[in-house]
Amino acid sequence: MILVLVEMEGEAVSEISLETVAFARALSTEGGGILIRAVVVGELPVDPDAVAAELGAHGVGEVHHVRGDAFESYAGAAWAAAVQELQQETGSVVVLAAGSPHGNEVLAHLAARLDVPMAANVVSFVGLAPFVVTRQVVGGAALEEMQLGSRPAVLTVAGHSWTAARADSAVAPSWHERTPVIAAADLVARVVAKGAKEPDHSGDLKSARVVVGAGRGAGGPDGFDDVATLAELLGGSVGVSRVVTSLGWRPHHEQVGQTGSRIAPDLYIACGISGAIQHWTGCASSKTILAVNTDAEAPMVTKADYAVIGDMHEVLPAVIEEIRRRSA
Amino acid sequence: MTSGSDGGLRVLVCVKRVPDASSSVVLTEDAQAVDGRFVGFTLSNHENCAVEMAVRLADATGGSATVLSLGPEESTDQLIGALSLGCSAATLVVADSSRFGPADVAREIAAVVRAHAAEGTTYDLVLLGNDAADTGDFQVGIRLAYALDLPVVNGVSHVEVADGVLTAHAAAVDGEDTYSVPLPAVATVLEGGVEPRYPTIKGRIAAKKVAIERREPTGEPVGPDRVRLLLPPPVPSAVQVLGEGPAAAVAVVDLLEKLGVSR
Repeated sequence: MILVLVEMEGEAVSEISLETVAFARALSTEGGGILIRAVVVGELPVDPDAVAAELGAHGVGEVHHVRGDAFESYAGAAWAAAVQELQQETGSVVVLAAGSPHGNEVLAHLAARLDVPMAANVVSFVGLAPFVVTRQVVGGAALEEMQLGSRPAVLTVAGHSWTAARADSAVAPSWHERTPVIAAADLVARVVAKGAKEPDHSGDLKSARVVVGAGRGAGGPDGFDDVATLAELLGGSVGVSRVVTSLGWRPHHEQVGQTGSRIAPDLYIACGISGAIQHWTGCASSKTILAVNTDAEAPMVTKADYAVIGDMHEVLPAVIEEIRRRSA
Repeated sequence: MTSGSDGGLRVLVCVKRVPDASSSVVLTEDAQAVDGRFVGFTLSNHENCAVEMAVRLADATGGSATVLSLGPEESTDQLIGALSLGCSAATLVVADSSRFGPADVAREIAAVVRAHAAEGTTYDLVLLGNDAADTGDFQVGIRLAYALDLPVVNGVSHVEVADGVLTAHAAAVDGEDTYSVPLPAVATVLEGGVEPRYPTIKGRIAAKKVAIERREPTGEPVGPDRVRLLLPPPVPSAVQVLGEGPAAAVAVVDLLEKLGVSR
């Protein structure tokens, strides 16, 4: 049996969790149709039927909803305790979660509690017997084949490595409510206060259809006006490279890369960005990349689908003017 | 746990010598590690922030920051780097880190913490990076917390300590999460919350005077279950140059329309 920890984002199952369910389905198929169980933790902001229907459409056969006082605010150890109890009760041989901050954290707790290895940021599997997975290392610049010999096998699935897709035939999953007893020690490190979401110009970087990015070529903290204007005209978000946040030109939450956001927009316009591995890791899943750079040999340009060779401070104003001219 | 004799906070910060993979990645012949011989070695950004956090906490409370690494003898470069930034003691567990899995590393860190406690130095807080820049396991800090039976907060960007309580802030998609845990505790640091300082001349001189403690691993590693490393196949460039300079604007907007992203 396969057990998937599913996270909610607002009123829906998070996209990266649905991608993880798609990975679980591939495992299930390879194993001859293994049952996929999902576990959802905390009070749901929507009708459970809607969550059940969504998960069923993606091939989940059984949903366990964990709730109670212990889950009113997030505690990684408490979530892991709930997943552990369920894993043991159901005899699940594989436990997966999305390679999200909470997914990686909860499964690392689980692996430590069960004293089994964990494979983080898995992108595919080589085979089931032995169970060998391929995962991202060096921030995605290299891959590692790792053998998961212990049971349960614990792994997280890297964001954007699978596409969320509905199963050929939807199932109506059974729904099980659970209120596990959580030890006080597992609630010591729990969220005690929630800050307001930072106001920013990056919009929802990770889900934006268009991201306009800028790097060192912006020249300084005042060099982002055209980038922000173009993002606004296209209904997109602003993303920047690490050097930009390191120099303090823009806030860290706008950073795209290995240690920033990983984005997958329809179009990424990368302006004045050389394309170091750290940055490429964060933007490689973009469907189309347009690079604007003075250096025709920059990695960002050679890896892009389209390029304009030139100074972003000359090219972007001309593009903005052309967009305004056509929409006038 | 008792604090430093002068009441200050004793912080242990754990770092790893990793190849600088910012430009290119080359694998070792046995495909078990990244070859850093031609690109140089460094600390991850998360760990640079963890060192900064450790030094700030030590300075603010009149305590001390100790830096620890598990790796080859050459890891002294990274330890001296941390010493020059304000750490006052350093320990190296001399080992081939590519043979150590995350559970092995956590066990070795826990062994050093216990050994230091037996020698009279107890730590109030252990800081690590959120994930290693090379192996990206996302679990050493958590496994360490279980080994030491301490609470752990993950992905911390900035912290405060008062009255034996660690208040830690972690960025989250729906707003910042705040945790409040009693010390001693473990925290893993995500870059972005603090700005790492640069070493001063005075710091570099002071660093050279610190004797680095060397220890042997406490046991044979179980290993990382690594079959092999591989590099993604290079993708041949298929870039279509739309033009040069502002004159390319028309072609760019044509592309935006073709992709259906113009409004």
